[in-house]
Amino acid sequence: MCFPFLLLKLNDFIHYKLILLAPMIYCSSLINFVSMRNYLLFITLLGFLTGSINTYAKGTYQTPENFVSEAFKQQVPEPVIAWIKDDLRKQVEEILQHKSKIKRTRYWKKDSRTVWILEEVGKKKPITVGIIIDNNKITRLKVLVFRETRGWEVRYPFFTKQFNQLSLMSDNKLSKSIDGISGATLSVRALDKLARIALLLNMNIQQQENPQP
Amino acid sequence: MNISKTLIGASIAAALSASAAYAETTIGGYGELHYNNTHSDVKNEDKTEMDFHRFVLEFGHDFNEKIRFFSEVELEHALVKDTDDGSGPGELELEQAYIEMDLNDSSNLKAGIFLLPVGIINETHEPPAFYGVERNPVEKNIIPATWWEGGAMYSAYMDNGISYDLAIHTGLSDTTGSIRGAREKVAKAPADSLAYTARIKYTGVTGLELAGTVQYQSDFSQGLGTVGDAEDGTLIETHAIYTTGGLKLTALYASWDINFNGGTTTGKDAQNGSMVEASYKINSNWGVFARQNNWTNDDGATDKAQTDIGFNYWPHEDVVFKADYQMQNDDADDFDGFNLGVGYQF
Repeated sequence: MCFPFLLLKLNDFIHYKLILLAPMIYCSSLINFVSMRNYLLFITLLGFLTGSINTYAKGTYQTPENFVSEAFKQQVPEPVIAWIKDDLRKQVEEILQHKSKIKRTRYWKKDSRTVWILEEVGKKKPITVGIIIDNNKITRLKVLVFRETRGWEVRYPFFTKQFNQLSLMSDNKLSKSIDGISGATLSVRALDKLARIALLLNMNIQQQENPQP
Repeated sequence: MNISKTLIGASIAAALSASAAYAETTIGGYGELHYNNTHSDVKNEDKTEMDFHRFVLEFGHDFNEKIRFFSEVELEHALVKDTDDGSGPGELELEQAYIEMDLNDSSNLKAGIFLLPVGIINETHEPPAFYGVERNPVEKNIIPATWWEGGAMYSAYMDNGISYDLAIHTGLSDTTGSIRGAREKVAKAPADSLAYTARIKYTGVTGLELAGTVQYQSDFSQGLGTVGDAEDGTLIETHAIYTTGGLKLTALYASWDINFNGGTTTGKDAQNGSMVEASYKINSNWGVFARQNNWTNDDGATDKAQTDIGFNYWPHEDVVFKADYQMQNDDADDFDGFNLGVGYQF
């Protein structure tokens, strides 16, 4: 079951919000128990209706296996181990702003493309993110698994597309700052860190493959 | 049992092992120390004090993937003193303690003591998350934050960026219609007359939050009112936050409409306030802000105003040092001066 008004885009929402909130804001003196009850009933009805459409805030949006497979158009190369130690480890922990117990991670590489599956805690639980890097720039960042009840908005393409074409600066920050999502600060922070770590690890691989004389 | 969030927080995952283990039981916390140095010409009074305003410990536990517990214990003002008349400087409060159950991937149900879904700082008030040493007076005196009640809440999240909450919970209790002092804090709280809260929020585009809350209190007097006492009341609150780059603009409006048995001359039937704030985060360490607060708790008989300007310095993303200068008008007691603070979260 899917009602047109449930498929709201921003413009629709402005209209929708006016219907819903304008009486609350401008006609407070008219609000009484009856209108309050109607408001609650309306919201409840909305809840039941939306329960029948395909919405999800937390859960697995795409399996890591599928993400990697898609990145290489089903021609998935063998995974490679990237070790995180010594100076690289220090840089990773500087980005994370806390200690890391992870000593290695796997990645996939073909030509100039590398693919990473990384995790970092948002508020309490890890967010799993897939990142594709081509020629030292992120070409895709996607939230694959989100496990918390707050901050789930970071999975939206309108947010993750900000990472496209970003590279890593010499101070290990992204080449352009990411606009956040109100109320999802910790999730935004986690994705920003993972993007930087993926770019850092990618750069480190290149330096190992092509050491400077 | 792993009880350290920091131990689990360092997971750069082994590839394709998406279900990295996370602790079943977590601890966290936040706190803030304040130094106030203000003077009121109107009251001919100095307020110069240092106060560890809040020391908070959070405990959570996941029973399984769908059922979890979360709690927050807060020591306010550093000391709970055993006095004959109960007048100690501080309080020990159980601010949150609820069971949360996922109904599906987009909705859940809470039961217990929880923060009400209203305003900006009521649910998110860790010191590194906001500007200013003290929380804004509009949310403090009108909403009134921090506000928790006991009951049940249904929350749902839609794919288009809209989320909403519906709650049935204990209500305020004050026959005079005072707001802040009417919080019973779920301590043998009267539950004769419940309250109902509904919030709708939109966070569907980058940097924007639009939210509105309506709450109905069925009886401020909790069944004990007589002529002249407060009866039912409605709170409406709406706010907008827009962030682009380092710039953040915030506006909030909240208003109470309270009915009294036979009417009232106290002005408490209409209490409202508004707050606007502009801030700019210069880099990851420094941010500056300016905030204007206006509110009345007596239908305009006194129009209180406070202006704040200041800055935050974050040496680490979870640690903040704050400084601000506040200016109050005569109705707000005219306390002008500066505040310093240090806060943290983990």
